[in-house]
Amino acid sequence: MIENILAPSVFATCLRLSTPYLFAGIGEMFGQRSGMLNLGVEGVMLMGAFFAHYVVLNTGSLLLGVIAALVVGLVMGVAIAFVNVTLKAEQGISGIGVYLFGLGMSELLFKTLVGTPRSVSGFPPLHIPVLSDIEFLGIGQIFFQHNLLVYVAFALVPISAYVLRRTPLGLMIRAVGQTPEAADAMGINVARVRYMTVIFGAMMAGLAGASLSIALLNVFQQNLTSGLGFIAIALVYFGRWRPVGVMSGALLFSFVNALQLQISAIGIDVPSEFAVMAPYVITIIALVFASKQTEKPTALTKPFDRGE
Amino acid sequence: MNKRNLTLLLVVVAMLVLSALPIARAQDDVFRVAAVAPSATNDLAFSQSMFDALTLLKSEMGDGFDFVFQEGTFVVDDAAVALREWASSGEYDLIIAHGSQYGSIIEELAPEFPETSFAWGTDVNTFGLNNVFAYTAASDQGGFLNGAMAAYMSESGIIGVVGPIEVGDAKLYVDGFVAGAQAVNPDVQVLVNYIGSFSDVTLATEAANTFVSNGADILTGSAQMVTGAIAVAKDNGLLWFGTQASQADLAEGAGVMFQVYRWDVILKDMIEKIQGGTLGGEAYTITLANGGLQMVMGQAGN
Repeated sequence: MIENILAPSVFATCLRLSTPYLFAGIGEMFGQRSGMLNLGVEGVMLMGAFFAHYVVLNTGSLLLGVIAALVVGLVMGVAIAFVNVTLKAEQGISGIGVYLFGLGMSELLFKTLVGTPRSVSGFPPLHIPVLSDIEFLGIGQIFFQHNLLVYVAFALVPISAYVLRRTPLGLMIRAVGQTPEAADAMGINVARVRYMTVIFGAMMAGLAGASLSIALLNVFQQNLTSGLGFIAIALVYFGRWRPVGVMSGALLFSFVNALQLQISAIGIDVPSEFAVMAPYVITIIALVFASKQTEKPTALTKPFDRGE
Repeated sequence: MNKRNLTLLLVVVAMLVLSALPIARAQDDVFRVAAVAPSATNDLAFSQSMFDALTLLKSEMGDGFDFVFQEGTFVVDDAAVALREWASSGEYDLIIAHGSQYGSIIEELAPEFPETSFAWGTDVNTFGLNNVFAYTAASDQGGFLNGAMAAYMSESGIIGVVGPIEVGDAKLYVDGFVAGAQAVNPDVQVLVNYIGSFSDVTLATEAANTFVSNGADILTGSAQMVTGAIAVAKDNGLLWFGTQASQADLAEGAGVMFQVYRWDVILKDMIEKIQGGTLGGEAYTITLANGGLQMVMGQAGN
């Protein structure tokens, strides 16, 4: 029974489900570490998902699809940064605006340009030679038979941890998020750093959308993300603004989801309401018992004014 | 009468004339319908089934029929605003709230506008009001046929069902499907997962993937979040059975059989009744027998 419930496929599902959370969550984390909250992640994801899908549908090129999602993220990132950094808008409000824009615009474009849900050939599973054949504990199936974007998402975790901790750029981002006044006095261009992190975050949100529409689901329809972007923002708080923390949250949440899918699939009768509730409840419990040590940026959501 | 009073009188008269206009328009020869639905008109499922029915009526009745359609109102309060506006305008002969979540709005709104006819579904409750029609689909009927056919075609003996929330016509469909499958082959395993959402495509897709890794060779599902699950069936060489609207184009070679809702069958009857002066008080059910449910074959079914 237990080996059925904890089959290797459950862990593989968990890694797949984590992928969009990793892209969106880590991108958002960089923004927040520099003091910028973007509540519009979901809206950027929807636009990225639509454009990636639309480009692949018309050209068949997955590379162009990914580029389209990154470009959409870039453009929206510039707009978000302009509103939040240059115009110093209230970040919570402008984020909701970005979400509603993305929700409505992606639906309008989809309706006008595509019309009805259509599937594309997305990123195929990439079996890594030798490693994907490891049968011990199902390691090959769990870790080494995924599509390219899954590997990229997980590679992002150590890379961003390194950038944040060990590079001058990471130091600048943290300084700008903690004490922008001091960073400014040291000659760091606060606005420029914030533009960079916000744009990077939006590009990752675009990629998160693409990971759904051309890798994991291979379809696009109205409101495809269905709240996923908001969960990614919550995971940044859950992960206490650390890449490994964001990944742990994404894995935990996805694992409980994968587990409830498996429990239904092997015919164990659990009330569906309970199964649906479980990921949220368990994530909240984990949050209560998790380390209280936090790296929350003190200047989060606070616009910087040089006071000249 | 001085100039000021005359102006005032003119304004009042103008307002009276303007407020009477919509009523005058409602009495012309055009039958006007306004409908609100939770998801998109191209969802290949519930909302599309109503949109397609109204579009068909428009093509059949031409200038004598017109409709407006507010899609994507998954927020019930937004639907309430639209419904109240339409009712207050007096322009519409029939106002449709297409979603069982809108029931309480209709119950509240209909008594305020006794001259306007309302319809809502899927449900059978007219709230004892004589200007409310209720409609539902006996989706267990097509579910039974789909299930029977699926059990007949399954080689692995394992069939996966991706459901939204355990209510309404989705539950009926799934129950019918399970009964149909077991009627043909009592040993067949029909595994059901209600994912708890009508919109979570990601979870529905992974539910389908999980069925695949547990040996299912046939999948089915209800509601608008199944598009990704259909892609899973197609990509893994499984067969797909659908409901609510035809998903044959999306499913391509994987699609076997689809139960299609033909609301136009009952809408025609409602329109006749309304034109004859009966504004409601009746509950309709579309069935295979009355033609409101139709089975459509996909590529894999031919």
